[in-house]
Amino acid sequence: MRYADAGYNLEIDLTRGNIEKVESDPRDTELYLGGLGTNAKIMWDRVPPEIDAFAPENVLIFSAGLLCGTPALSANRTMVTSISPQTKLFQYSMMGGFWSPELKFAGYDKVIMRGKAPNLVYIWINNDKVEIRDASHLHGKGAVETQELIKAELNEPKAQVAAIGLAGENRVFFASIEQARSSCSRGGLGAVMGSKNVKAIAVRGTKNINLARPAEFMKLMEEVKRYTIWRNENPIPNYMPILAGLGSPQEMKHDDEKWHTENFSWGNSRTRRRGFWNKDIAEDWKKTMATMQNRLISCFNCPNKCGATLTPPGQPTYMMKCFTKLTYTMAAYSDLAFGLSIAQKATEYGIDGYSGPQVMAFGLELLEAGILSEADFAGMPEDNDGKFYWLLDRIVRREGIGDILADGTYWAAERIGKGAHAFAHNNIRKHEQLPLKLGTMDPIYYLLYCCNEKATVTQIEGNFPQAPFATQEEKDAFVSDWFQCPSERIKEVVRKWSFKGEYAGPYYPTPELCSEIVDWQERMHYVDDCVGMCAGMSSFPLKPPYHLFNYPQIISAASGIEMDTDELVKVTKRVRNLVRANNIIRGLRRVDEVPPEDHWNKRFPELEKELLDTYYKYKGWNNDGVPTKELLHELNLDYVAEDFEKRGIYSETPSYELAAQKEKEV
Amino acid sequence: MGKRIIKTIKVDANKCNGCRACEVICAAFHATPKYSIVNPARSRVQMMRDPMRDIYVPVFAGELAKAECMGRNVYIMDGREYDECGFCRQPCPSRDLFKEPDSKLPLKCDMCEDDPPQKEPLCVQWCLEDALIYEEREVEEEDVVPSDEMEMSIKSVVDSYGLDNVVATLARMSEKS
Repeated sequence: MRYADAGYNLEIDLTRGNIEKVESDPRDTELYLGGLGTNAKIMWDRVPPEIDAFAPENVLIFSAGLLCGTPALSANRTMVTSISPQTKLFQYSMMGGFWSPELKFAGYDKVIMRGKAPNLVYIWINNDKVEIRDASHLHGKGAVETQELIKAELNEPKAQVAAIGLAGENRVFFASIEQARSSCSRGGLGAVMGSKNVKAIAVRGTKNINLARPAEFMKLMEEVKRYTIWRNENPIPNYMPILAGLGSPQEMKHDDEKWHTENFSWGNSRTRRRGFWNKDIAEDWKKTMATMQNRLISCFNCPNKCGATLTPPGQPTYMMKCFTKLTYTMAAYSDLAFGLSIAQKATEYGIDGYSGPQVMAFGLELLEAGILSEADFAGMPEDNDGKFYWLLDRIVRREGIGDILADGTYWAAERIGKGAHAFAHNNIRKHEQLPLKLGTMDPIYYLLYCCNEKATVTQIEGNFPQAPFATQEEKDAFVSDWFQCPSERIKEVVRKWSFKGEYAGPYYPTPELCSEIVDWQERMHYVDDCVGMCAGMSSFPLKPPYHLFNYPQIISAASGIEMDTDELVKVTKRVRNLVRANNIIRGLRRVDEVPPEDHWNKRFPELEKELLDTYYKYKGWNNDGVPTKELLHELNLDYVAEDFEKRGIYSETPSYELAAQKEKEV
Repeated sequence: MGKRIIKTIKVDANKCNGCRACEVICAAFHATPKYSIVNPARSRVQMMRDPMRDIYVPVFAGELAKAECMGRNVYIMDGREYDECGFCRQPCPSRDLFKEPDSKLPLKCDMCEDDPPQKEPLCVQWCLEDALIYEEREVEEEDVVPSDEMEMSIKSVVDSYGLDNVVATLARMSEKS
């Protein structure tokens, strides 16, 4: 019998309409846990780097995590994995909601899709009965609307549906996949789904998930519950409110947006508006949120309420969480009422709330700069808000200028030419980043930004404070009950770290210490992404209920796999390197691991070089960022090393030398 | 006069956020061995959940109804229209709710009767939103005495069918039961 795992994957060949239920290898669960880990293995085995994101040979995987469907609080994430049309790299994007536990209860850990359906279809998984159904009547329907229509036509109110909107159907490079109050937004996996002609996957399950050592498991969970309650009652003192509690940033709950509106950049990630927030705006925005918000809501089996149902006047209800609350508002220099109203349309169309608004602001900047012409924008309304609604419609329909912008800022700039690249200034690996433009380079964030396979910093910051505490008392108090921290050295950093003096950034923490901190922060995410845990209860907030010291026991009691902290560290290291290997064969090297050039005003090239040198070494990678043969051997990834060798990756000239040569020639 | 404990789970539907933690823990608690299996379809509390209409009502399984009702009710409260039978707690032939998914045997909330007793039903313990509130109260109950009403009823049956027939029928029924 399999524990925690369902033990079966659904293999769907969309081209031939063939569906198979395939037993998975329990040994893979031991090696890669599940979720992102086993997804990375399947991608490695099946999708060579020559395969384009939209090629039928590309594989699109929807996966539950190892702990989804167990009583583990907040284990509800769906890990979607494929090749991104935008970065052309291995992309994993994740969503909360209710989908993956339902998949486990239907008896599967993953849905693995390959090929391309001849016409628009949706997949209906009802325990052992799995069908590919015609979806021509759903063509052009909204992503939220589609979920409701499918539940109604199946007469299954308890089915969970993940769907794409028009943007996904039209292969917009930043199209999302929407489900309940969550969405899988980053990297354009909605477009991959659209390229396969899959409108939605609906699932309903009434089968069992088994626990290996149930009594022990529940005892651990009692402690998680107790600590969660305590932590919710005791936010971190002297820390910004949206990040002081558990869950993802509590954007639906908190009305005070002084921090975001004055520290993040407006427009195409351009302007910081210090002094923007005042009493009138505070009151106006508070009223807007109160008028539109119906209720704070959570995902499956989760005590946090990071999302909300919203009904803008005269528009349908939709669900939102986190920072999309402000991305449209700030991109358009508008107000919250506009932001929440256009977000409803954007959610139905199914686009990423980070990339989308920035792409629109980028388009308008190009018009202003004369790189694009008035003719490109013929028919666009005069008013500011109207421009964004108009652009949104053009983009998701790929009409006129919208067709170019639908490829995201990098590829749009590539098509437009005429110096447009200078305006696509906020990307990492061709992928739009949060609109943050800051002062002095922060060494921890430097590494998080540069080296993260996901190319999205909000997904990797976490267990370590974002800034020093002001006084020694505050520092000591923070460290005093920090049992989640895996090393005395890291605690020492928090005790010393200051805004000024010897222990201030960017030279402190030292590159060695930064590597250790970043390695830990990343590790937490890799555990979460394998077991399907929400980062909001683990890798994202300070002092979370799940950590490196209770995770091994929880995983072991649920699955029966023998596990301690050392073994968990090894497994996550293995997964981390396998994910990276998927990118290495797609050409990712050191030269790609750079932040947006204008991310920080004050840069430190020598220190930045030292940071990468040290971090790579710490990771067991060569100086070009490629995992060494020795490391891969130690992690049972010899097959990766062999492949690297066959491809000549170990003998090639390092990317930074090639770049230097190129610069000389110019 | 006797005393009886009435156990109540008060549902504050405004506090519910639809996370289904109640379903998860209920199903796990009632597995044998305890917590060994998770399957919300086996839960004795089911969420009537429709975020688009702002509907969040946990409903607890009650006594089996052998036949469906003659009519159905739809409630509208605060402008929200709740589904037909949306508040009904009975397993019945009209729907799959509150039945074991495999055997279709009916499920019934037992308030987590346990030895040693739980301090509260598990769903209440795991609802961290405090949407479920457990209350106990003692009620005085009058001792049951044979009522005149029963005698009157039997007399009317005897009038219709004759005493012999009624006695024979009662004898046959008591043999069967």
